[in-house]
Amino acid sequence: MRIFRLTIITVGILLFWQAVVWISQAPAYILPTPHAVAIALIEKRSLLAQHGLVTLSEIIAGLILGTLCGAISALTMAHYRPLRHWLLPVLVISQAVPVFALAPVLVLWLGYGMASKIAMATLIIYFPVTATFLDGLRRTEPGWIDLAKTMSASPWSILINVRIPAALPSAASGLRVAAAVAPIGAIVGEWVGSSSGLGYLMLHANARMQIDVMFAALSILALIGVSLYFFMDGLLRRLLPWQPDDHHDLR
Amino acid sequence: MLNSQADIQLHNITVSINARNLFHNLNMTIAAGSWTALLGPSGVGKSMLLRVILGLVGQTAPLIIQCTGQVSHAGMSPLNTNLISFMAQRDLLFPWLNVCDNVTLGSRLRHGRFKGKKQRAVAKQQAYGLLDAVGMADHGDQMPASLSGGMAQRVALARTLAEDRPIVLMDEPFSALDAITRIKMQELSARLLKGRTVLMVTHDPLEALRLGHKVIVLNGAPAHPRAPLTPHGLPPRAVDDPIILEMQGTLLRQLAEASP
Repeated sequence: MRIFRLTIITVGILLFWQAVVWISQAPAYILPTPHAVAIALIEKRSLLAQHGLVTLSEIIAGLILGTLCGAISALTMAHYRPLRHWLLPVLVISQAVPVFALAPVLVLWLGYGMASKIAMATLIIYFPVTATFLDGLRRTEPGWIDLAKTMSASPWSILINVRIPAALPSAASGLRVAAAVAPIGAIVGEWVGSSSGLGYLMLHANARMQIDVMFAALSILALIGVSLYFFMDGLLRRLLPWQPDDHHDLR
Repeated sequence: MLNSQADIQLHNITVSINARNLFHNLNMTIAAGSWTALLGPSGVGKSMLLRVILGLVGQTAPLIIQCTGQVSHAGMSPLNTNLISFMAQRDLLFPWLNVCDNVTLGSRLRHGRFKGKKQRAVAKQQAYGLLDAVGMADHGDQMPASLSGGMAQRVALARTLAEDRPIVLMDEPFSALDAITRIKMQELSARLLKGRTVLMVTHDPLEALRLGHKVIVLNGAPAHPRAPLTPHGLPPRAVDDPIILEMQGTLLRQLAEASP
């Protein structure tokens, strides 16, 4: 059912695209037809795969790093309450600086390679992961904690066995957001300065008026984004089968 | 167990919330090995009294709660000696653990996951023994989300029994259940908790009279206990026992006087 619906949606988008091309009579260097993009996808498949792989690695590395950093920060802040009052404002101030504005600085510091893009993706997901996980850790059902205390559980045991599991559904929403925004970090990083990746390929093709290649890169990027979201969603559902679940709209 | 040494003694308990006295030098004795039911109007501090005995006072920011006085049981503070288990109005089952693992929650929290197959098998067997006693042996593998309120509260009772502690504190344990389920749960609890020191907070005079060896009404501000009622016969008493119904009237009158 889910695959059927996705197919319909994809076909619908392609038809709409084709219709726009027909009606607007836009020249191929402004808006190529889906057919031209499909040909570019096939002809330039090894080039696209090579650059796609670079971008995908940056996104996944960013997701892993950002999730780890976010989880550690949230746990630290939840466990040492005085620290929270100091770190939370710092966290909010850091978000007041747009991550995009940091991209040139990161490229300057970390170079044209993958490191600066991974740093971008990490930074962009760090806040949603930390904020949602911390929120979950702070809102543990007080009755559960009281019950654990009457069972002579140590604070460490309460953290591991009660607060962390109870915070996971909240952290899961952060991870879903992270999966959706991590590609943005990687692409912006690539635009600012790089020698490989889909973002680089798009700029490169744009400068040479290879609009069909640009759209092919864009469609691969969309594919990566959608797959990542569904992968994350499926993983979280499997890990948290007990989570009350109302959003069946994507199934 | 039945000597007065094992009674729970409350000495000069004073609790204030935001500088308003909830209790002032409250003294009370909860008799060992019997069931004491605690009644009183809402907000009089019944649940707070349980929290004092459990040692859980003073963590509910933003209220400023001060608590002085002493709770003792055989000369010791009961919480530090692992003597108390607690059953709340809500089942408080962990949704990420199945029914069986919820029953063995206590040892899981104290010792981590069970190491070794043998230990796990023993724990499981004990859990199923208790689930059988509360009539839930067929549901050990289910997740709490699939249980009805009555079933979940039975599992909570099994979890309380798994702790096997001499003192059991209950905060309106059956108030969220429908009438028939409630009556069944009362009988089950009376049978399974026999011989333990039970202190149960309730809003229901009939429940107090059915289950309590002693029924105490808490009223006033700061709150103090009135002289306890001791219904005849042994709990659980029949719902339609005429003496119980008559005493219910007396109790309701006491409660009505107590509320402003």
